[in-house]
Amino acid sequence: MEKKVFERTKGLTEILMRYCPGCGHGVVHRLVGEVMEELGITNRTIGIAPVGCSVFADEYFNCDMIQPAHGRGPAVATGIKRVRPDCIVFSYQGDGDLASIGMAETIHAAARGERITIIFVNNAIYGMTGGQMAPTTLLGMKSTTTPFGRDPRVAGYPIKVCELLATLEAPAYLARVSVHKPANVLKAKKAIKKAFQVQMNDQGFSLVEILSQCPTDWFVTPLQGIDFVEKMMIPFFPLGEYKTIEGKKETVKPEPKKVLETV
Amino acid sequence: MDEKLLMKGNEALAEGAVRAGCRFFSGYPITPQNEVPEYLSWRLPEVGGTFIQAESEVAAINMLYGASACGARVMTSSSGPGISLKQEGISYISGANLPIFYANVMRGGPGLGNIAPSQGDYFQATRGGGHGDYRVIVYAPNSVSEMGNFPKRCYDLAEKYRIATMVLTDGLLGQMMEPIEFDFEPVDPAKLPEKDWALGNAEGRERRVIRSYDLRPGYLEKMTLKLAEKYKEIEEKEVKFEAVQVEDAEILLVAYGTSSRISKSALMLGRKEGIKIGLLRPITLWPFPSKIISDLSERIKKILTVEMSLGQLVEDVKLAVEGKAKVYLHGRPSGGIPTGEEVLEVIKKIMKS
Repeated sequence: MEKKVFERTKGLTEILMRYCPGCGHGVVHRLVGEVMEELGITNRTIGIAPVGCSVFADEYFNCDMIQPAHGRGPAVATGIKRVRPDCIVFSYQGDGDLASIGMAETIHAAARGERITIIFVNNAIYGMTGGQMAPTTLLGMKSTTTPFGRDPRVAGYPIKVCELLATLEAPAYLARVSVHKPANVLKAKKAIKKAFQVQMNDQGFSLVEILSQCPTDWFVTPLQGIDFVEKMMIPFFPLGEYKTIEGKKETVKPEPKKVLETV
Repeated sequence: MDEKLLMKGNEALAEGAVRAGCRFFSGYPITPQNEVPEYLSWRLPEVGGTFIQAESEVAAINMLYGASACGARVMTSSSGPGISLKQEGISYISGANLPIFYANVMRGGPGLGNIAPSQGDYFQATRGGGHGDYRVIVYAPNSVSEMGNFPKRCYDLAEKYRIATMVLTDGLLGQMMEPIEFDFEPVDPAKLPEKDWALGNAEGRERRVIRSYDLRPGYLEKMTLKLAEKYKEIEEKEVKFEAVQVEDAEILLVAYGTSSRISKSALMLGRKEGIKIGLLRPITLWPFPSKIISDLSERIKKILTVEMSLGQLVEDVKLAVEGKAKVYLHGRPSGGIPTGEEVLEVIKKIMKS
């Protein structure tokens, strides 16, 4: 008798994805879909699609979805979660969306400890617009707007989002994973699940940064793309958990004080 | 309902919004509207609502986008420079057919300008400072009483048409105190009809998607033409204005908000001297009361717009008049506030010409 060992998750719709060969978005979508299904939250989840390659995520995730302006996912998620605390809210964002145009919204949603989950796909490039420099583009890396390689004196340094957010009090879970190899995909799924569970337990803000491949805009083959993640990205963006609920202090409501009383 | 209160304009606006069912506010401090967030920071928690001081106006309007997508009655407020930042979000909200309410307590511009009352954001409000073809219903109160009572009308229209609505007011109306009676029963948002488009728990229904884009060729045009149908209906049904002594008028003043009160002073002063002055006050700036102005211009051949700006309202008046009467402008930009006497002098000059 034939045994079914793999099927499409009900966390995703039947619509065919339009991502390029070797792109990591499809894998990340599947992981989020599987996690929603396994946690039994698909019906009460509201997802936010970004502006970028994954703008079409509102067609792919099998839950209520909203598509806001570039970078504003965490602000939109805040509005949704405060009105519907019974729902699970995630914002799916790329590096340009989250760490460039939307950095203020990212940091402040994290600082407020919004009970939301951010799925942050870092592929070090602007994919949809054709390969321009991203806030996470590595030093020396060529892009269509750093044709001579990213020069820190001209274009500054790439931003390490997990490390940056780990300096804040409020985040409950911050982790960086990758989807370039099967073992890493499994770890990525665990981290995504943990991030959603943190939200379900009302423990605070959670974000999973996922290093991902963009062979098309890196101008390499899919296999070379995997190598690039392994050899170039991971050494600069170390994988691991940057903040976990275990190390988080209990939130206590402070007594109101006048300014002078605090001196 | 019969209770008469003495309130500051900004506080009346905030209290009016809460009584109209507002349960979510996000905003960023800017003078001269700070009383609105300050008031709501304690008033909203009192009724189980949410108040968020956002990190920027950009974040504030996008929080509204999310909260209104879930069907809540939401509000933000700001002044010119902050509204400029919110225009992007308002464009998205308009494209996504979401009902929101916001207020612009105008100050002097352009740029950082000053914090004096002004009406320089008329174009921004009525043309929309954001990108794309969209419209916003604009109410222009001229008293603290209207500041408190207009939010209810805005919410009702916002939900009826799934459109962004706003109150366009200025620092003078926001800061001054006047008696107010609320002319409606407080709204319990829990008792409002359920919105069959709102995001939330998808148990037992199809999943819902809210978006303002469609990349398929031809589809966005169809989407925007649907907006146009809605806008046409609003232009036909929702125009509001006040006409004062227009029946025998030989000169017609057109003014809104603070300048309409100044114009009324000029009217009363002039009538005492036997000058037959009338006043047409648009209460909705969009939809604009074009028809009544067009009708009046058949008979009244001199029309003067009085505005605290370089001449923005005057363009809509000219469009309505279509050359049937001579249209004059008395405009004081960037914090300049005309007096009744000053306007009367202008009227006298026009009557002699």
